[in-house]
Amino acid sequence: MIDFLQLTIYGIVLGSIISLGAVGLSLIYGILRFPHFAHGDLFTLGAYMAFVVVVFFNVPVLVALPFGVALTALVAVAIDQTVYRRLRKVKPVILLIASVGIALILRSVIQLVWGSGNRVYEAGIQMPHLWMGLRIQNDHLIIVGGTILLVIALHLFLQKTKVGKAMRAMSDNSDLAQVTGIDVNRIIIWTWIIGGGLAAVAGIFLAMDTRLHPVMGWRLLLPVFAAAILGGIGRPYGAIAGGIIIGLVQEYSTPFLSPAYKPAIAFALMILVLIVRPTGIFVGRKV
Amino acid sequence: MLGLIDYAIFSLCIVGIYGLLSLALNIQWGMTGLFNIGIGAFFAIGGYTSGILTSPETTAHVGGFGMPIPVGLLAAMVLSAAIGLLVGLVTLNLRADYLAIATIGIAEIIRLILQNEGWLTGGVRGMANIPRPFEQITGGQFEWAFLVMLIVIIGVVFLALEAARTSAWGRVLRAVRENEPTALASGKDATRFRLEAFVVGCAIMGLAGALYAHLFSFISPEAFEPMLATFLVWVMLIAGGSGNNKGALLGALVIWAIWSGTQILTGYLPAELATRAGALRIILIGVLLIVLLVTRPEGMLSEESDRRRDRRREEREDLKD
Amino acid sequence: MSLLSVEGIYGGYGDVDILNGVNIHVDPGEIVVIIGPNGAGKSTAMKAVFGLVKVREGRIVYQDKPITNLRPDQVVKSGICYVPQENNVFPTLTVQENLEMGAFIRNDDYSADLKKVYELFPVLHEKRRQQAGALSGGQRQMVAMGRALMLDPKLILLDEPTAGLAPAIVDLMFENIKKINGLGVSILMVEQNAKQALAMSHRGYVLTTGRNRFEDTGKNLLANREVAEMFLGG
Ligand SMILES: Nc1ncnc2c1ncn2[C@@H]1O[C@H](COP(=O)(O)OP(=O)(O)OP(=O)(O)O)[C@@H](O)[C@H]1O
Ligand SMILES: [Mg+2]
Repeated sequence: MIDFLQLTIYGIVLGSIISLGAVGLSLIYGILRFPHFAHGDLFTLGAYMAFVVVVFFNVPVLVALPFGVALTALVAVAIDQTVYRRLRKVKPVILLIASVGIALILRSVIQLVWGSGNRVYEAGIQMPHLWMGLRIQNDHLIIVGGTILLVIALHLFLQKTKVGKAMRAMSDNSDLAQVTGIDVNRIIIWTWIIGGGLAAVAGIFLAMDTRLHPVMGWRLLLPVFAAAILGGIGRPYGAIAGGIIIGLVQEYSTPFLSPAYKPAIAFALMILVLIVRPTGIFVGRKV
Repeated sequence: MLGLIDYAIFSLCIVGIYGLLSLALNIQWGMTGLFNIGIGAFFAIGGYTSGILTSPETTAHVGGFGMPIPVGLLAAMVLSAAIGLLVGLVTLNLRADYLAIATIGIAEIIRLILQNEGWLTGGVRGMANIPRPFEQITGGQFEWAFLVMLIVIIGVVFLALEAARTSAWGRVLRAVRENEPTALASGKDATRFRLEAFVVGCAIMGLAGALYAHLFSFISPEAFEPMLATFLVWVMLIAGGSGNNKGALLGALVIWAIWSGTQILTGYLPAELATRAGALRIILIGVLLIVLLVTRPEGMLSEESDRRRDRRREEREDLKD
Repeated sequence: MSLLSVEGIYGGYGDVDILNGVNIHVDPGEIVVIIGPNGAGKSTAMKAVFGLVKVREGRIVYQDKPITNLRPDQVVKSGICYVPQENNVFPTLTVQENLEMGAFIRNDDYSADLKKVYELFPVLHEKRRQQAGALSGGQRQMVAMGRALMLDPKLILLDEPTAGLAPAIVDLMFENIKKINGLGVSILMVEQNAKQALAMSHRGYVLTTGRNRFEDTGKNLLANREVAEMFLGG
């Protein structure tokens, strides 16, 4: 029982990280109509950007986090405006190929600058709190709490602001958005700011929980896609739920299967959903 | 001097293997519009399958069974095709992007298996002593014979694909790719055609993997990076001209030359940077891909140029009648 | 002076022209209807005005300013709104959010226009918190028109506003269009319910294969034998 609860904690932590990535991926997918294969590498970029600030200014990672987020969002917008924007008129699948190229470029730039070894924000091991026999680390509380705050903020943004509503409108029907006079490019830039920023947070959280590595984000791409598909493409709330489910299932599988195969579990779940319910597991209209 | 020729022949063998991969991707992407980012996975399935079946008995991994090389090649194609069939059955009737996402899944799982299942694959140490063809008859100089064999295989695959491209089957694939309602309305089952193209492509990728294993006599997750190979093949096909079989081969040659050229260049870097040179090479190729997509998406030899030629030939034949 | 004048435009989606010299003009305060067989290019002509189809030859002038081949958002800013033939609401947005999107380009207070739309279509006020995708066909059409009205435009383009609606609702929609026109908004619409549409319109055009076939007042077109045989069921 204790083991199960312990795995639940790990699952929620991992699920939070996956959710943050999946929400952005799902928004981008809904608005730009292509699966953004470089999303995992935006995680990595965010983690390393924060790392630079941590090392350079010798500050704790939470202080560096906003800078990492801002820099990553900036890079995401720059990539969109220089590369993706030029390809929007052609078939979406060309964007997909381009995003694979961007993924490799991002990863290689990180490798070029920081090498391919492991890095950490802070040396030393965090002592977990013991609570009713469960081990809980400070970082875990920060990750889960931070994710909850961000999800609430995102909800308010999408429901209450003009740009947020326009993002949902574009996700519904981008042709209609255009003839309604919505400034499509401006909304797309906002989409990248939010998607890239959330990816950076996810990457920083992931690096806090484990370590920095040039392929850390790419390795998480499959679970993130699985979460987005589970939740239904273009449905941010579904993506969050999908992320938590994927995180939990991945952790629950560890007593039975080598932890190395966690991504395979996400994949299996995704394939299952694609077979039984390709529109995602959540009923009701997309939001 | 002899060393240089040997090097050239060995290089051509590698180009040939990439050429096969590029042709295989051309059936899937160029002709049918199916996005496959798991090329490296199918390649690895082929290489390891043939390796296990043909290598002499060992304790390092399961097998080897010492079977003849042709059996290994055939099995490599069958297993790659079977896995392609499974993936295709699940995803090909859904929206196109799902196949792309599913193929990352295949790539990841194959990578995990290669690394973690030492009993099956030899793990990170890899699989050695994979037999080379023609070794006895050529007395160690097997590369010549290998190259000839490879050229024959590529020739057969190329001619088959060219025949397919101009056949009714090829026309339906193109219609399926362009989502032409006429092809679908005329009672053609689009999913079936997609599945056929996908499976044939996977089989050829498996064959290429097996040939690679027999060329190097060794295969390991380190020596051969699936994601990098996948990416190179994509750049090759796009640079050469997707939809055009000659373009696929030309792209393999040109991009491989550029790729190896960058290796020579980065060889001049100071030692402390040399370890990171690999990353620099990938960045160069990545930028090349993006520049191609933005400025010349049809590639060196466009599909259109081929179809114009086909039409002219048809017209000439019509005139003769 | 015409509000909108479309002067001999040619254009289409690819290499082939769908429009082969279409001429349309709308005067201030008018309701103008375009009728014609399926595939005649009626929707295409509307899209050409709105910058969604490339105009290869000819020109489009709105309030004395050329608007040929402007981007859709620029056309909106010049004061024309467009309600497409289908998929003309944002299904997962609420009714009120749909209307707000209509005012996207405005940075001033638009609550007066919102109120005006709710007065025109009281049922929308009732359902303002529901998702637009959950409404009936007629109500969705009202949302779409309401969204267009949020910019207080001088001219609205309506593509088949009554398509697929039950006969009773069709009458209601035509009433609504008259009401909108009563507010001083000119209307250019495409209609399949030719008889009713011509009866309520000041003028009408008959388009076939991308060309003007007839052009006259609504009354005269209704009385025209040839038009009657073609579209009005004899
Ligand atoms: N997006 C498009 N791409 C290519 N061709 C199109 C497109 N939309 C319409 N067409 C073609 O343009 C021609 C005119 O279509 P249009 O929609 O303007 O007709 P319409 O008069 O509005 O007919 P309907 O009464 O059916 O709405 C048709 O032959 C149609 O097939
Ligand atoms: Mg129409």
